[in-house]
Amino acid sequence: MPAIEVDHVTKVYRRYARRRQFATLKSALLGGTLVRDLRSDEKFAAVRDVSFSVPAGCTLGVIGRNGSGKSTLLKLVAGITKPTEGQVRVDGRVSALIELGAGFHPEISGRENVFINGIMLGLAKRDVAKRFDAIVEFAEMQEFIDAPVKTYSSGMYMRLGFAVAIHVDPAVLLVDEVLAVGDEAFTHKCLDKFAEFRRRGKTILLVTHNLPLVERFCDEALWLDAGRARGTGDPRRVVDEYVTDVAKSEERHLAAEDARARQAVATMPASPPEPSPPQATAPEEAPPNMFQATEGRWGTREVEITDVALIGENGEPAHVFRSGERLEVRMKVRARQPTSDFVFGVGLFTAEAVLIYGTNTRFEDYEPQELSGEGEVRVLIDRLDLVEGSYKLDVAVHKVDGSAYDYHRLLYSFRVKSHTKDVGIYRPVHTWSFSPSVRFKPLPSPASGTGPAR
Amino acid sequence: MFQNLSQLVRYRALIQSLVARELKARYRGSILGFFWSFINPLLLLLIYSLVFSVVLPTARSDVRPYGLFLFCGLLPWTWFHSSLLESSNVLISGGTLIKKVLFPAEVLPIVTVLANMVHFLLGLPILGLFLIYYRHASISLVEALSFPLVILVQLLLTVGLALIVSALTVHFRDIKDLLGNLLTFLFFATPIIYRIQDMPESYRWALNLNPFTHLAVSYQEILFFEGPFGHWKWLVALFVAAAGLFLAGYFVFDRLRDSFAEEV
Repeated sequence: MPAIEVDHVTKVYRRYARRRQFATLKSALLGGTLVRDLRSDEKFAAVRDVSFSVPAGCTLGVIGRNGSGKSTLLKLVAGITKPTEGQVRVDGRVSALIELGAGFHPEISGRENVFINGIMLGLAKRDVAKRFDAIVEFAEMQEFIDAPVKTYSSGMYMRLGFAVAIHVDPAVLLVDEVLAVGDEAFTHKCLDKFAEFRRRGKTILLVTHNLPLVERFCDEALWLDAGRARGTGDPRRVVDEYVTDVAKSEERHLAAEDARARQAVATMPASPPEPSPPQATAPEEAPPNMFQATEGRWGTREVEITDVALIGENGEPAHVFRSGERLEVRMKVRARQPTSDFVFGVGLFTAEAVLIYGTNTRFEDYEPQELSGEGEVRVLIDRLDLVEGSYKLDVAVHKVDGSAYDYHRLLYSFRVKSHTKDVGIYRPVHTWSFSPSVRFKPLPSPASGTGPAR
Repeated sequence: MFQNLSQLVRYRALIQSLVARELKARYRGSILGFFWSFINPLLLLLIYSLVFSVVLPTARSDVRPYGLFLFCGLLPWTWFHSSLLESSNVLISGGTLIKKVLFPAEVLPIVTVLANMVHFLLGLPILGLFLIYYRHASISLVEALSFPLVILVQLLLTVGLALIVSALTVHFRDIKDLLGNLLTFLFFATPIIYRIQDMPESYRWALNLNPFTHLAVSYQEILFFEGPFGHWKWLVALFVAAAGLFLAGYFVFDRLRDSFAEEV
């Protein structure tokens, strides 16, 4: 028999219209709307038709974006709220680590709070007494246990709450993103405790944004998206699907941002109509310091960059790239009159507008001969060896002497994703090697190694 | 509902420790600490005695000692009054418990009423001392035996009302403010600062409609007035009504229970 069984569960929260929020008993009584006001005007399904079951001794990781219904699901399993439709069955005592130290009274000592909290979570007083020392030791609170809880630091508060909840010895443990409560050492201790729970055949339901933890620690994963189950099963696969989906939505988001930027560019003042005099002032002056980065566009537009696209591995325009993938910048250009004085340039910036790399055709010894009519310029970066983060792009066409025809500063942004948590900006292609006396445990998966992302 | 009601027995350890916590926490950090449980009713008594025997002496010259008479009604009234006022807020202030822990919400108003009952019980020895001091101790055996019954009726009545008040306040926050005024009105509509006989005959029916009238009169007859406990019929009737109210209160609470986690 499964330890947790969730059967076509839907949870509808009632949302009240503005009118309801200011309603008072008096107005309800006077207006005779008491009954109607107690009813809702609008409904919002936080969890929609979700079914899953967790066999006893299994660990299920629940992932999903903020507001996808994870916490509601946890509350449903904990029995704190009732499902609107469907059934939740849980076998055995449940301890929910949803809010640690909920119900601690600030004025009384940690010791008394441990007792009351333990009783609240379903222990008898003598059970708490039996486990008291273990709880205090786990929370590392020996020194302060007799001080009032209001004097505790937030970390101490959480640790004590966690210690009580985990010593209730539940058959089913529900954990809602609480591993971030303590310092590194305490987090490890918590993970060890979870591992011990697993060994002892307890069932754990873990809600977290920590995806590597789900991959490493859970037997199964459930991905919730807008209240629906989008995927269940092997954690690695579900996490992968989820990450891909997040990347997609980031892509959409960046694309929308990009479209806005382009819109802004298009509405910037056009170039002066008479293209001939070279001393014609630019409609928008170049910033006095070229290395002080502010977004914008300037230049005479005698030669114009009409479109810029970032092309990914598959030849399609993209805004999210994996580290080590290829990236091609394609710009469409149009010259009002044939010219032999032109330089194309690109610049890569971090999100903080630090220049990573800049080059142009002149630096690389391309001698301009003629540019006329419409054309396309492509810059191919074979390997985008950048660490994860957001980056921005400059593109420009200008004269050999540097005066701009059309300069697009920081108008294009893209994101680099990576499986490796390395830091900095640039990731040189690299490998590690070790002499035989230096040994590492075999990696669980080649994907989490150092090299470039898969 | 009855299933939930029987669950209540299982929570007695929880209720017990929460009441203890409530009492401990209330005066934690104050210099006099637990003595406030005694000092508060004494000060209250002092104020009322002062007002009604010095400022407005003509009103009550026939009841002597007036302070003692007043105390008999005032002490249980304080229990009733603070229980209801506090329980109107108890679910909202205990919101984290209801939202984040699987917690029987009815425990909260019950704990409030019980904690206030402990304060009431702690006030009784003071009342006893005054009774002895004024040699007013003419309490018969029947009266002594019915005294716990009066307390029980008041407990039932208060818990029933506290359940309703606490559950409805979650939906209508302004009950909190309304209740304060309502209780002030009820205080003057109860024979606490005056005797029931002082109310003109034509309005007596209104007093009889007020349930607390019968509690106050019972306390006064048992503790203060000479002679047999003549109000017992009313008390028994109130007992039945209070039991009914308790069930009704629990019913309302139980019906609204699922909305608490969302509305608090």
